[in-house]
Amino acid sequence: MELLVASAVGVMTAAGIYLVLRLRTFPVIIGVSLLTYAVNVFLFASGRLAMDMPPILRDGVENYTDPLPQALVLTAIVISFGMTAVVVIIALGSWLACDDDFVEAVEQHDPRTKSADRAPRGQDAA
Amino acid sequence: MSHWMTLPVVLPAMLAAIIVLSARFHMNLARTFSVAGTVALTLVAAGLFWRASDGTIDVYALGNWTAPFGIVLVTDRLSTLMLLLTSLLALPVLLYAIGSGWDKRGWHFHALFQFQLMGINGAFLTGDAFNLFVFFEVLLIASYGLMIHAGGAERLRAGVQYVLYNLLGSTLFLFALGTLYAETGTLNMADLAERVSMMGPDATAGIRVASVLLILVFAVKAAVLPLHFWLPASYSEAPGPVAALFAIMTKVGAYSIIRFYTLVFPPDLEITQGLFGTWLLPAALLTLTVGMVGVLGARRLDRLVAFSVIGSMGMLLIAVSVFTETGISAALYYALHSTLATAALFLLVDTVRERRGGIGARLQDATPIMGGPLVAGLFFAAAIAMCGLPPLSGFVGKLLVLDAARDNALAVWVWAVVLSTSLVAIVGFGRAGSQVFWKAHQVAATRADGTERDAEADLDNAPDPEPSPAALPMVAIGALIAGLVALTVAAGPVKRTLDATAAQLFAPEPYITTVMSTEGKDLSGYGHGDEGYGDGESKGDDGAHGGSADDTSDPEGH
Repeated sequence: MELLVASAVGVMTAAGIYLVLRLRTFPVIIGVSLLTYAVNVFLFASGRLAMDMPPILRDGVENYTDPLPQALVLTAIVISFGMTAVVVIIALGSWLACDDDFVEAVEQHDPRTKSADRAPRGQDAA
Repeated sequence: MSHWMTLPVVLPAMLAAIIVLSARFHMNLARTFSVAGTVALTLVAAGLFWRASDGTIDVYALGNWTAPFGIVLVTDRLSTLMLLLTSLLALPVLLYAIGSGWDKRGWHFHALFQFQLMGINGAFLTGDAFNLFVFFEVLLIASYGLMIHAGGAERLRAGVQYVLYNLLGSTLFLFALGTLYAETGTLNMADLAERVSMMGPDATAGIRVASVLLILVFAVKAAVLPLHFWLPASYSEAPGPVAALFAIMTKVGAYSIIRFYTLVFPPDLEITQGLFGTWLLPAALLTLTVGMVGVLGARRLDRLVAFSVIGSMGMLLIAVSVFTETGISAALYYALHSTLATAALFLLVDTVRERRGGIGARLQDATPIMGGPLVAGLFFAAAIAMCGLPPLSGFVGKLLVLDAARDNALAVWVWAVVLSTSLVAIVGFGRAGSQVFWKAHQVAATRADGTERDAEADLDNAPDPEPSPAALPMVAIGALIAGLVALTVAAGPVKRTLDATAAQLFAPEPYITTVMSTEGKDLSGYGHGDEGYGDGESKGDDGAHGGSADDTSDPEGH
């Protein structure tokens, strides 16, 4: 169980970071979503992994699983869901307005000239 | 416990809902609600500030659940100071947005503005780490809407970068909170402080990771050097009044650093030694350098101001990372000053950008703008404040920072960097100001000679359709500059208040005791009913549980 959860978090984070470092909005958004899934599983594990145990108080039960991370995960899921929707809409708007889906303006569309601090469209870089 | 302290969160939230639901097609109604709400917010913030100014710490348990279980709002000197600063910034910015007509260029400006205020106020008020995350998200999601207000290709692209960067920041924040919860079993800041201080010197790997992750998250918000990339594009592409309001957002990051690292990870805590001296201070020095070099190198006025924001955050965090009482006090003074100064500069840049027509904010030759002398004068004053020249508050702030860094191991570096970047900033602002305001007359004279170029110049620099510039934007900018002047004139009293604030931060016991001992709902009826949930003894047990942190049962007290 520990191995499964740990590797799930690790693999999703690694894949998420790899995708976030792409240039196009679609893989970047998928990468961000993967990262939020990873963090949700991670939050779950932060209350310790307890199998088949109730999260609410009951008579005659000695061991419980921590209910708080479940509430945290629920909040995190809702927020990340909303944020993903927002970023999809803004990216769609940007795609329609700029005629390309690059996260930042690249003059020759050459990934090697990527610099995170260049102004959009390049012509008015600071 | 008074219900007043929920108002900074509740009032903007209700107003935003009212504006969206019933005033969306009535601009004047929305404006009235928005201005009235912000004025009321200022009054409430002033009241709370006055109440906290004798050192009172108030705790509001939401839903009347006691501290480690429920979410609490806490007002102390620092949080009320930041609330007051937020509302004092919001009012001129809102007036500018109304006066310049920015709020009419897209939908829901006022509703988003109020939501943004709600998030910022909540982040300052909350005493719970996860709630801080939630309020960060509230202020961010409102800022996404404001950032792309009025649309446009460049703005949307900058908006995508801004949203993505902040989404990554939020993910990092959740990882930090998860680690923190796994190590301590609580997310209430006062409770965290108790449990972290009880941790033994061994097996601290997790809490160290959590503290570093947290400072990374706040560094993203505060635009500290390796994590500052989101700032220049988004601040310069955002609408002027929105960028001015964003001046407080970087301070939310700085506030969180100050709050967390005085309360939860105090400077004498062994496990976080070296975090500030070894890492944050050099990063802040680099931030200041890069920011001011960016000011010198910028080819557009709006990016110049955006880089000056980075520079001022560097200066602020230098003072923070000295991490003494004088350092924090200097940092707070600089925070007050730089918030007002950057807001004034962004509003001025917006005025210039609007009035220069097609050429926008680019630092190129253009004919003089309408109302040039007044705008130039205000820009001069704001630039002086930003560069830290006497007589305005930037100078006082810089002096305080230099003084606070005197005993630090890196004092030589601090002095060298602060003083040399000041020169760089002066050159940068001087170059930009003379290009925009002085050279314009020369350009006008040359163009008047060549008659054939007149038509082109007119096209280039078509005046606004309104016959005379509106007065309200200038009043709003003037109010911000007046704030800077007041901050300079009243530097003595302000400094004494800030010293008291820093002293309160460095003695966190009253904060912790007040939060943890606030009475709430009687919890004995819940669960087994054989344990006093709210009393002091079970808290001690919880601390021990959290310290060992290997129990599968709920460490929240079951």
